Amino acid sequence: MGLTVAEKILKRASGADSIEPGDIVNAKVDVAMSHDNAALVSKVFGEMGFPKVWDADRIIIPIDHRVPANNIKTAEGHKRIREFASAQNITHFYDVREGVCHQIMPEFGHVVPGSLIVGTDSHTTTYGAFGAFSTGIGATEMAAVWATGELWLKVPETFKINLTGQLPDMVFSKDVILNICGDLTAEGANYRAIEYYGEALDAMTVGSRMTITNMSMEMGAKAAIAPADRKVLDYLKDRTSETGEIVTADADATYEKQIEYDVSQLVPKVACPHAVDNVKDVSEVADTPVNQAVLGSCTNGRLEDLKAGAEMLKGKDIHKNVRLIVAPASRQVYLDSMEAGILQKFVKAGGMVINPGCGPCLGAHEGILAAGENCIASTNRNFQGRMGSTESGIYLASPVTVIASAVAGKIVDPREV
Amino acid sequence: MSAGKVWKYGKDVNTDVILPGRYLDSYEPDYLASHAMEDLDATFSKEVKPGDIVVAETNFGCGSSREQAASCLRYCGVQAVVAKSFARLFYRNAINQGIAVIECPECVDALNKGDEIDLDISTGTIKNLTTGQTVQFKPLPPFIMEIISAGGLVEYMKAKR
Ligand code: SF4
Repeated sequence: MGLTVAEKILKRASGADSIEPGDIVNAKVDVAMSHDNAALVSKVFGEMGFPKVWDADRIIIPIDHRVPANNIKTAEGHKRIREFASAQNITHFYDVREGVCHQIMPEFGHVVPGSLIVGTDSHTTTYGAFGAFSTGIGATEMAAVWATGELWLKVPETFKINLTGQLPDMVFSKDVILNICGDLTAEGANYRAIEYYGEALDAMTVGSRMTITNMSMEMGAKAAIAPADRKVLDYLKDRTSETGEIVTADADATYEKQIEYDVSQLVPKVACPHAVDNVKDVSEVADTPVNQAVLGSCTNGRLEDLKAGAEMLKGKDIHKNVRLIVAPASRQVYLDSMEAGILQKFVKAGGMVINPGCGPCLGAHEGILAAGENCIASTNRNFQGRMGSTESGIYLASPVTVIASAVAGKIVDPREV
Repeated sequence: MSAGKVWKYGKDVNTDVILPGRYLDSYEPDYLASHAMEDLDATFSKEVKPGDIVVAETNFGCGSSREQAASCLRYCGVQAVVAKSFARLFYRNAINQGIAVIECPECVDALNKGDEIDLDISTGTIKNLTTGQTVQFKPLPPFIMEIISAGGLVEYMKAKR
């Protein structure tokens, strides 16, 4: 019987002779990522009593969620992580300056095709854009991974999603994934692996694909994979000496569901409060007043996102009632967009550029909402109260819709600007 | 083999009713055990005995990733949860807390509230002593059994050191 990409990667990582959905396998992980919660992981690791981590080269620790520290408790946690990283000689420890974990993991070459990656963060699914199987796990289990490099995993069923057609003007990969989330719902891919294919996907940059694999988690997906191609190899070429393995599905692989979306007719989309699957056409909520706009995060904080947003300004100022917060996803993105003159445009227009990191995305600091306020954001979650008051509302949209709305002071369809 | 009684519930039993958010301020075993399932079944925590099993329809443990939803059941002595399907995070958390998770629709249909059962997780057998029926499920792999018999992942890792 043929295998899907997810099944092949888990088969290789576990050394199993055969594999099928529902099996529980003991897998060797290639890379293990923990961010600020490495403070908790290191505590549990200590309780387990292992003197040394399994492989100091394969444990990646970026501090990104509350950076620089927003209070004393956070600062103590960061301090504990630094001490742990130094005591264990963790090779790839990235302190508060570098940016969001899911962006810097591929930037520093820690993601290669065919690898098995676990992370103590739900959006670890992002790395599937590089043909990897990557998934989020808990802090206790990560401590066990640090100790042994192994982890049990249940083999998921796989959905196949085919993206056909060509994206219209002002419609982006964010609109594609918002549309899919609305369609399949927030539980629609629970425990499943999703494989993405199709000419529309092929045409996307690796960064745009990351938006899709990142947000697949919002439908409950355990992993989301866009099989690696030339673009992925080009991206990784100067970043790592590891080549990985391009894994493709067998022609007779078994999929639980096969779905096709023609993106040619797609319009700009927005996920409305307070659920990621409460998706509407932007035009349906046009004129909703906006108090804050956020351009950033692991979903849409890359150079292409900032560039598209800056072009959408069209030389206009941000509306006087709107606080625009731009958070480049990494130091590299920050530098690149600074050199390209993009950050200046936002600042000149009245926006604020903050340091790379998660910041406002999870409501940690740097842009908290008051009761009654609305925020339009290029991030991935709009749960009630995520960015501040439980009486505030978050609208998720593409970078271009975010900036068009920030200029207008209300939600607008970017095609009409 | 170990004996116990069946506690049976419906579908979509979520982590908020298994352990309500208002008790998340504690990791203290007795406290968590005393509030287990409180918002779904107030008699549960008072009458549950070590060895009992929880049986439910689909999507057991949906909702948040809180580890306490699994640990509160463990502190009650629940040896297994049998359901038609599980939410992903609860499934992981339960095994890592030393609770057997058995995904088996036929088993669920063969068990009623209050039935006395005998469970053998190594052979994948549940004997319903009340009805006389025996049902089989696919046993968990040996290394998962080791985690469960050690009493959870932390104890398992300590022993492995
Ligand atoms: S940017 Fe937001 S979604 Fe991404 S890792 Fe940070 S907090 Fe999570």
